[in-house]
Amino acid sequence: MSGEEDATVREPLDLIRLSLDERIYVKLRSDRELRGKLHQAFDQHLNMILGDVEETITTVEIDDETYEEIVRTTKRTIDYLFVRGDGVILVAPPLRTALG
Amino acid sequence: MLFFSYFKDLVGQEVTVELKNDLAIRGTLHSVDQYLNIKLENTKVVDQDKYPHMLSVRNCFIRGSVVRYVQLPKDGVDVDLLHDAARREARGG
Repeated sequence: MSGEEDATVREPLDLIRLSLDERIYVKLRSDRELRGKLHQAFDQHLNMILGDVEETITTVEIDDETYEEIVRTTKRTIDYLFVRGDGVILVAPPLRTALG
Repeated sequence: MLFFSYFKDLVGQEVTVELKNDLAIRGTLHSVDQYLNIKLENTKVVDQDKYPHMLSVRNCFIRGSVVRYVQLPKDGVDVDLLHDAARREARGG
């Protein structure tokens, strides 16, 4: 029974299933992003458990006088995190900066 | 159902629940239900100066839908069991 897995990708959730135990990038509501290892579990609601997570929160402040936009990011790391699916916007492999 | 089972196995451990309103509450997981509503015991708000609302609260019920994250103990549960359950769930669900 163990070891026999269906590797066919039929629906979008299968794509995420391929990323089990891999590092992924998750975009959440409220300008938050997570990078972490999709540890073992996710479900159809996109609830998931991530390990070694780095959370990035992006805020934009507008200067009253110059109307200049100041983009700030706050980061923190969490060992082991359950993420509730209703906050998830998208899931992707980690973004790589172009190396040529 | 997968995460319901996961949290049931986690009962008794200390977790930190972060809500969608940015409030973070640390406590012992007392119980959970199918909606992932959570009951915490011995609670303590993480940033007590910023959120003095719940200074005297020791036990609470948290509606599942207001949870953003649950910070878990690293040695929480058997990872292999979860892994297999996740594969089955994602395909069959």
